[in-house]
Amino acid sequence: MTQNKRVIKLFDPALVSTAIGQSFSKLNPRLMIKNPVMFTVEIGTAIMLAVSIYQLATGDLSQGALWYNISIFLILLLTLLFANFAEALAEARGKAQAESLRKTREDTPAKKVIGAGEIYRNEVKVVPSSQLRKGDFFICEAGDVIPMDGEITEGIATIDESAITGESAPVIREAGGDKSSVTGGTKVLSDKIKVKVTTESGESFLDKMIALVEGASRQKTPNEIALTILLAAFTLIFTIVCVTLKPFADYANTPITIAAFISLFVCLIPTTIGGLLSAIGIAGMDRALRANVIAKSGKAVETAGDIDVLLLDKTGTITIGNRKATNFYPADGIDNAAFVEACTLSSLSDMTPEGKSIIELANLNSKNFDTSGAAFIEFTAETRSSGVNLSDGRRIRKGAFDSIKNIVNKAGNSFPDEIVERVKIISSNGGTPLVVSENEKVLGVIELQDIIKPGIQQRFERLRKMGVKTVMVTGDNPLTAKYIAEKAGVDDFIAEAKPEDKMHYIRREQESGKLVAMMGDGTNDAPALAQADVGVAMNSGTAAAKEAGNMVDLDNDPTKLIEVVEIGKQLLITRGTLTTFSIANDVAKYFAIVPALFIASIPALQSLNIMGLKSPESAILSAVIFNAIIIPLLIPLALKGVAYKPIGASALLRRNLLIYGLGGVFVPFIGIKLIDMLLGLFM
Amino acid sequence: MNSEILGTILIFLITLLLAYPLGKYIAKVFAGEKTITNFLNPLERFFFRICGINPNESMNWKQFLKAMLTINMLWLVYAFFTLVFQDKLPLNPDGNPGQTPDLAFNTAISFLVNCNLQHYSGESGLTYFTQLFVITFLQFVSAATGIAALVALLNAFKEKTTQNLGNFWNYFVKSITRLLLPLSIVVAIILAFNGTPASFDGKDTITTLQGDTVQVSRGPAAGMIAIKQLGTNGGGWFGVNSAHPLENPNYITNAVETISILLIPIALVFALGFYLNKRKLANVIFGVMTFLFVIFCAINIYYETKGNPTFDNLGIVQTAGSMEGKEVRLGAAATAFWSVATTSTSNGSVNGMHDSLTPVSGGIILLDMMINALYGGVGVGILNYVIFIIIAVFISGLMVGRTPEFMGHKVEAREVKIAALITLLSAFLIKGFTALAAYMVAHHPDIAWQVKPEAWLNNPSYHGFSEMLYEYTSANANNGSGFEGLSDNNIFWNISTGIILLLGRFLPIIAPIAIAGLLAKKKFIPDSPGTLRVDSVTFGVMTLAVILILTALSYLPALALGPIAEFLSM
Repeated sequence: MTQNKRVIKLFDPALVSTAIGQSFSKLNPRLMIKNPVMFTVEIGTAIMLAVSIYQLATGDLSQGALWYNISIFLILLLTLLFANFAEALAEARGKAQAESLRKTREDTPAKKVIGAGEIYRNEVKVVPSSQLRKGDFFICEAGDVIPMDGEITEGIATIDESAITGESAPVIREAGGDKSSVTGGTKVLSDKIKVKVTTESGESFLDKMIALVEGASRQKTPNEIALTILLAAFTLIFTIVCVTLKPFADYANTPITIAAFISLFVCLIPTTIGGLLSAIGIAGMDRALRANVIAKSGKAVETAGDIDVLLLDKTGTITIGNRKATNFYPADGIDNAAFVEACTLSSLSDMTPEGKSIIELANLNSKNFDTSGAAFIEFTAETRSSGVNLSDGRRIRKGAFDSIKNIVNKAGNSFPDEIVERVKIISSNGGTPLVVSENEKVLGVIELQDIIKPGIQQRFERLRKMGVKTVMVTGDNPLTAKYIAEKAGVDDFIAEAKPEDKMHYIRREQESGKLVAMMGDGTNDAPALAQADVGVAMNSGTAAAKEAGNMVDLDNDPTKLIEVVEIGKQLLITRGTLTTFSIANDVAKYFAIVPALFIASIPALQSLNIMGLKSPESAILSAVIFNAIIIPLLIPLALKGVAYKPIGASALLRRNLLIYGLGGVFVPFIGIKLIDMLLGLFM
Repeated sequence: MNSEILGTILIFLITLLLAYPLGKYIAKVFAGEKTITNFLNPLERFFFRICGINPNESMNWKQFLKAMLTINMLWLVYAFFTLVFQDKLPLNPDGNPGQTPDLAFNTAISFLVNCNLQHYSGESGLTYFTQLFVITFLQFVSAATGIAALVALLNAFKEKTTQNLGNFWNYFVKSITRLLLPLSIVVAIILAFNGTPASFDGKDTITTLQGDTVQVSRGPAAGMIAIKQLGTNGGGWFGVNSAHPLENPNYITNAVETISILLIPIALVFALGFYLNKRKLANVIFGVMTFLFVIFCAINIYYETKGNPTFDNLGIVQTAGSMEGKEVRLGAAATAFWSVATTSTSNGSVNGMHDSLTPVSGGIILLDMMINALYGGVGVGILNYVIFIIIAVFISGLMVGRTPEFMGHKVEAREVKIAALITLLSAFLIKGFTALAAYMVAHHPDIAWQVKPEAWLNNPSYHGFSEMLYEYTSANANNGSGFEGLSDNNIFWNISTGIILLLGRFLPIIAPIAIAGLLAKKKFIPDSPGTLRVDSVTFGVMTLAVILILTALSYLPALALGPIAEFLSM
């Protein structure tokens, strides 16, 4: 698999400069008010500006030295800019990510089919893709770039989707069935297709995702709203602390400057998380996009973290999509060695994994075969068989039971009963029979079996530790399903599954309070995708499926759900840990500021100055500076997300509580002390 | 000295030994299972019949709160008018006057809300009639209200998804008949046999050894003192509460009264475990509460038995510890232990003067009341603790990467909003009103009020600040104890504490019940390995951290200006 994942450096210079510009324009109070915590900081900054200007004008020094007030003003301004920068950088990264996808859908010429044309019916006319409307038809031939998302109505084609997925191997898309969907920006490599436009321009999933990442249509997710409420409550508590401090100080005959009040307030309110909150949300969407998943809402990503049950299709997810040869069964009267040789010959030029696996199983030295003058017959969708015509006149074919049966019957030959029997046995064991014929006579049957993906057991184990139950959905009979389920380590399975069985299973789990995720591509899957709490449609799937799900996976990778779940969890964890860190910081800030406030009138409180900060001014400045610079220092963490470890909820809580809770208590003691020592050099 | 400390440990252990089976019993009573008190069934049925109540009628959280608030309002009106006109009512052998409207306002609210802040002295401020039919009556019903509210909360989590929080009247009546009344009778008998008065006679005249005659107040006190302790009420028969030799005659009664303070609050934590069949959760909650409680006790006992450093500096030997404001018959350790027990449980009775505690101990009991959930008042303590749990669940839920859940229900914006408002409320009430009082003292000390702000404080400086802070903290916690140096029987303090009492009582009951009601309506989500377990030690530690950090962050500046400054300046 060659993946050319779009990697964007964390502090890409171009992005950083855009973000810096944005940091200033985001100071607009009307934008700022959406974030209550930072809005109060902005008010504080404005007050400090007023104090500084007043001092400049009057020379009144009752509020402390001018340089001191201006410093506080500048640091507060910096705090705001840092918070804005975090958000702007997250947005810029998201945009850059989206931009690279958007490039694929620049205006391309489209061969529009006009029902009642100027000269003919169904006249084809080249128009810019932007003129295509939902419901229009266009034609694409080999070499054309598909101008718009749509559904194939006629024809079959190989398509290079690397522009979207980064996957270089071409894929087949055809009219009817579940692989009929094409994406704008991908390239047709062979054949000709007629496509019906399914989305209005500017309304495709990608357009929606771009809007989400760019923040224009970004809605706060439920958990984000709840957290904002909690942070607002904290801000109010600290407003009360600071406002009531004035009469308290009056009672104690301690004058407190405006700068000290505002510094105390800004240090206490959770500015760290307040400043990084929206950046975290945007970064979560961005991570989803980088995993090539288009989420239709931020809520969907967040919900993914809560998933309890995961429905996975067997084929392509749990087992390798292609089966492997495991046994040769010659027909009565056919020599085993000759049969194996025929099988090998028919597969020499067969580049499919099944073909390769036959040669592997036969284990004959292919150099011994004389293939000069041989004509290889490739597999086609119509014949559903492949083979070889040798120079000695032998015509070897291998293919599905009914297609070979057709060939054999057409030639007037009979199909051996024991092979019919064998085919049934293989099928009932979850295998696939591949019948081989020579000159329209049956030689025998090859058994192909499912191969469980290497490493899939570990992934299920990881999911189990995350608390997610995995369910395998398969059309196989219960016995085969059970066999594969046990081997792969899934928790449950639905055998002989019809589309409505998925639906029932999802409903039942949901009734017992579970959140269910599933992946699907077919129109049949659409109701279940809509019913599931997280429905991931494959990009190759039908428009109905894509419409029903709340995410689209551009890679068509069925194991993608596992990544999506982790992205959702990471999003919540990052918010939780940074909130904890932010609030734990307050302890040290109190020890810096409270003694500084009262030291003049209550010298005994010097004992609370456990950091031994030099002077009240430097103590307050150090605390405010620490409060400001911690924001940019945490930007990488906010954007990358705190790592999720599936070690069980209690262990994870213990870990994060130790790192971000206890760390949050101690780090500022060290940080503030260091800044104070540094300031001591100048003051 | 060691035997004094040993005595407190023994008292605590006996309390735990009694609380565990009592918790089991309480759970059975409210689950409607068979208990030894089932013989009271006909009596309860009789009450329900004459009141026209169907005790099995289910109530949703709104109906439950409506029933609770309506009856409380009636009691308030009744208590107010009875107190104002008590001089015209019988059973007033000492001829005490009626209360002023502002004092009656304060007193009626104070007892209605289970606080028992007393801006009067029982000997002269009340008659036997109001002592019995207002004070003692409210002490029973306010405790029963708290317990009934707790049972409603538990019902929300007993079923997977439910709207039914049970019947207020049923739980209310049973709290009295099955729990408060029987236990009060036992405690009252013990007290009466040890010398606490239980007569309707008026003041007695006694000739002392010096030959002076003194008037000694008496009255039917034993029963009232029993419920005052058991129902975490705390309002004493006599002005100085259980420091009074008739209210708390000896070490035995002191032990019994201390146990009574803690018994039901601790038993209710165990009852939670039995009732919900979540014993581990109860153990974790009990563990967190006890952890802080024991630390607080240890600190107070240390500082009180060590003596006052100012005396040390003067070279005065204090073998008995810091005995200012304490009773010689009880000792420093017993008073220190009581001071933590009474502030932990929102009881508020005292057996020594809190105003005279050393600064650290004074700070600890302030902190204890600011938390107000270490066992807490009967019923309401656990409700307060649930608010902390909701905040802890929310933050730690995020930290483990899942939408936060409590008892199988998602905690979302609405619940967080309610919990956050309650957290905000106590900070607002305590700090806001203390600031107002401090402002009056600092800027308008001689305003033309009946009692001028400059005359409020008995002590200058830090200790004076602590007195104001303590008064409002105690009012908000519905505790009722006071730094009695404060001149609090005047319009400013009567009205301001009255307002705090009402808000500090009913909002913290309404909020958790509303949260529980909202949660219980939501879909039930069974536990999975990814679910954060609230009955784990880790989560206990998280709750502890939330309690400490929230309280410290809200109150540190106030504490720094009061007890901390006083301690550091000594």
